[in-house]
Amino acid sequence: MAAAAPGDPVSRRPGAARTVLSADDITRIVSRMAHQILEKTTGGAGVVLLGIPTRGVPLAHRLVRRVHAVEGVDLPVGSLDPTMYRDDLRLRGVRPLEVTEIPDGGVDGKVVILVDDVLFSGRTVRAALDALAAYGRPRAVQLAVLVDRGHRELPIRADYVGKNMPTSRRELVAVRLREVDGGDGVLILPPTSGPTSPSGPTSTDEPSGRDQQ
Amino acid sequence: MSTSGQVQNRGQDQGRAWVLRRVRPLGGEPVDVLLADGVIAAWRPAGSTGPDSEGLPPGTTILDADGLILLPGLVDLHTHLREPGREDAETVESGTRAAALGGYTSVFAMANTNPVADTAGVVEQVYRLGIDAGHCDVRPVGAVTVGLGGQRLAELGAMAGSAAGVRVFSDDGHCVSDAQLMRRALEYVKAFDGVVAQHAEEPRLTEGAQMNEGVVAARLGLPGWPAVAEEAIIARDGLLAGHVDSRLHICHVSTAGSVEILRWAKAKGWRVTAEVTPHHLLLTDDLASGYDPVFKVNPPLRTAADVAALRAGLADGTIDCVATDHAPHAAQDKETEWAAARPGMLGLETALSVVIETMVVGGRLDWAGVADRMALAPARIGGLKSPAADASGSVAVGAPATLTLLDPSPWRVVDPQALASRSRNTPYAGRSLPGSVRATFLRGRPTALDGKIV
Amino acid sequence: MKRHLLSTEDLGRDDALLVLDTAERMARVAEASVRKLPTLRGRTVVNLFFEDSTRTRTSFEVAAKRLSADVINFSARGSSVSKGESLKDTAQTLEAMGADAVVCRHPASGAPHRLASWVRGSVVNAGDGTHEHPTQALLDAFTMRRRLGRIEGLRVTIVGDVLHSRVARSNVWLLATLGASVTVVAPPTLLPLGVSSWPVEVSYNLDAVLPKSDVVMMLRVQRERMSAAFFPTEREYSRRYGLDVDRAANLPEHALVMHPGPMVRGMEIASQVADSARSTVVEQVANGVSVRMAVLYLLLGGSGEVV
Repeated sequence: MAAAAPGDPVSRRPGAARTVLSADDITRIVSRMAHQILEKTTGGAGVVLLGIPTRGVPLAHRLVRRVHAVEGVDLPVGSLDPTMYRDDLRLRGVRPLEVTEIPDGGVDGKVVILVDDVLFSGRTVRAALDALAAYGRPRAVQLAVLVDRGHRELPIRADYVGKNMPTSRRELVAVRLREVDGGDGVLILPPTSGPTSPSGPTSTDEPSGRDQQ
Repeated sequence: MSTSGQVQNRGQDQGRAWVLRRVRPLGGEPVDVLLADGVIAAWRPAGSTGPDSEGLPPGTTILDADGLILLPGLVDLHTHLREPGREDAETVESGTRAAALGGYTSVFAMANTNPVADTAGVVEQVYRLGIDAGHCDVRPVGAVTVGLGGQRLAELGAMAGSAAGVRVFSDDGHCVSDAQLMRRALEYVKAFDGVVAQHAEEPRLTEGAQMNEGVVAARLGLPGWPAVAEEAIIARDGLLAGHVDSRLHICHVSTAGSVEILRWAKAKGWRVTAEVTPHHLLLTDDLASGYDPVFKVNPPLRTAADVAALRAGLADGTIDCVATDHAPHAAQDKETEWAAARPGMLGLETALSVVIETMVVGGRLDWAGVADRMALAPARIGGLKSPAADASGSVAVGAPATLTLLDPSPWRVVDPQALASRSRNTPYAGRSLPGSVRATFLRGRPTALDGKIV
Repeated sequence: MKRHLLSTEDLGRDDALLVLDTAERMARVAEASVRKLPTLRGRTVVNLFFEDSTRTRTSFEVAAKRLSADVINFSARGSSVSKGESLKDTAQTLEAMGADAVVCRHPASGAPHRLASWVRGSVVNAGDGTHEHPTQALLDAFTMRRRLGRIEGLRVTIVGDVLHSRVARSNVWLLATLGASVTVVAPPTLLPLGVSSWPVEVSYNLDAVLPKSDVVMMLRVQRERMSAAFFPTEREYSRRYGLDVDRAANLPEHALVMHPGPMVRGMEIASQVADSARSTVVEQVANGVSVRMAVLYLLLGGSGEVV
């Protein structure tokens, strides 16, 4: 899909995608979030990062790399697929399962930071909390998201927010990360021109529209 | 044969005269054909006959038959009417109703009823039910062996001498597999010019068989019914018939190999005849792929190569005639898993259309050929009083007004719910077939007109 | 995935790989000692078994329960089915129960196809007559991939009563779809006449094929085949087509020995071979649960629409 590349003039035409975060913006935001994590967890003691597939996983790895660059510590990082714990499976076609990779050392007694690209209804995070419980009992669970676009349906809030982004419920927020999509950027797509092309390089909140109701 | 019942019941119709205006006898040049007193009374120049024409009996009905084809009334050597015993699937009345609508004026009712038609009593009962229904002539087939058991000869002579005048004997559904018993039956029926109609199926080779043995069966995991099981019996019985100089008829020939063996047997001068069903002329075994038992039949649907050989054999006369093997089954006997379903398909109401599609459309048979394969040859084999020596005689002046009036042009989609049979197991549901029977006449009396029973 | 899993013959490559990949995820979850997932909570899975098969029925039952589905076991024995109730009537009963999926084992080939035309839920063929047993083939493929890392290019030899084997049919189609080359070895009497149309090589000589096999799959041979003259004696069968210790020694070092069970030890496979490190017989059972979880998830995990 020919979405505006990072750095292009922002289009305001109705019906067109507009870029709201550039690649440089994302780099700065991830850097800031890494600092916040170090601050809030006093240097990352006992912290495990678990990315929620698809784009939460590369984000988690970026955060870990930034933490290493800043503080020299290596935080354990893995992934957690909440699909089988979702309560909305019946509402759409079957979702392919993603990888769950709990780092050595597990989650018992740890501070687990769940990492996702977009926080919307909160249902993904709820499912992730259930999934996490199956793997152990963390001392605390925190949430880091690149974009919080509002419209929560559950009492869930993020501990680390890259960017608060007011949206209309019907708009689509597409996070692009180079590990998955070949380039970085955050776009807002009008409702009609959603990511209909399955091979398109953009994603909304996540590939199968995880938070779309 | 006693036709007095029909004459009395339908006397008022019998007296009525009909003019088929601009009809094409056997597809030839149009003429006006006058039917009166149960026979073809006159041919007049096309379009010359009107309500006020000279020489028409009072009350003559003029039927505009422009573009329609006149054939002798069709004869089916192989019909299952299911009565007595399975009146939920078909009765003599419903089956002959279907026959009349399909253009048939005579059907041979197979013996595998319950009780089996192996005594004079049962064949006479079926015969009388046919007269009472009045839709077409019913000629009972007698069982060869008691209870179709393949062990002891039934009283063939008693059935031949009964009011039903049985001439065709068959254990159809079962093969008379015992060679010695088959030989005796072939010899015995010579005394009354009978014929044994063999269901050719070597039973040991078809134990548990569900469909044609071959590529499709291997894929579907259904036990195969090998062609050789049919061909071996045809070869054996051909040799036997030659040996004792008896008449042998082979039911529902289904394989290319069978056609070759028949060709060879006929070349020897042996008195062997054979029939093919409409479904074996059109359908192939890959239809079993969805496991819908509406396509389960015995002998099974075969391959495209077999279909081609059967069409060629029917065209060149190696196969003498078309017989429907009309086999109605109640819903619960078909709406089941494949192996549990009973084999058989409806045929009477679609046979002529299938023959048009498979034989006429491709130019393999002309209308005289259709008349021969669907009326004259089966009548001859079944021992009916022949309407004529050849096809042209069957629609000539003086021939009985036992006729089928066909519109060859329209294609219609087969709707199982619209069939007259009590059962719905047609394999042609949803399929478009050519031709439509506009009228059927039995000795001058219409039995079906424009798709409705008269 | 389509709505039903009736055969591997009509299972496309992408769908087959989706099942295997999903099964891999399911296996990982199980290995992480997560016993139960809420995924299919509120869904009803009916095990409709017209043949006794404790192994297959239990495998499906465990799979469904691990996904929190409600499981109803409906076996022909002792039910109205054994009193002559038709398959169609049974289907209507299942409809009334609100079955989301029917797992059907039936002695008649094609029975699950018929069932699928009468119920709204998904039908999973758990073995029909001598036709197919798709989840068995999927678990066999899953086992091969876990042990050998791939399926494409594997040389798989299937030995025994191919004619009557639903496992063989399902494996032939699936393995061909996934790019393995398959050889079937059997006495000619136990091969279907139409085998020439299958995507396989045919051999009557096991010894010639074994050294070139990455996987050898032994099929069960029922003793009653002897009485129907498919082969003369158990001893002769075993001598020509059984996998004994000496024969197994001719296999490449990495080669696997598989058996769908139940095994006839001594006749088609020697005990030492069945219990050797090559043998996957035991892990096939565990893998069966993962594969069936994957199948149930893919058929029931969404809204029921084809994706």
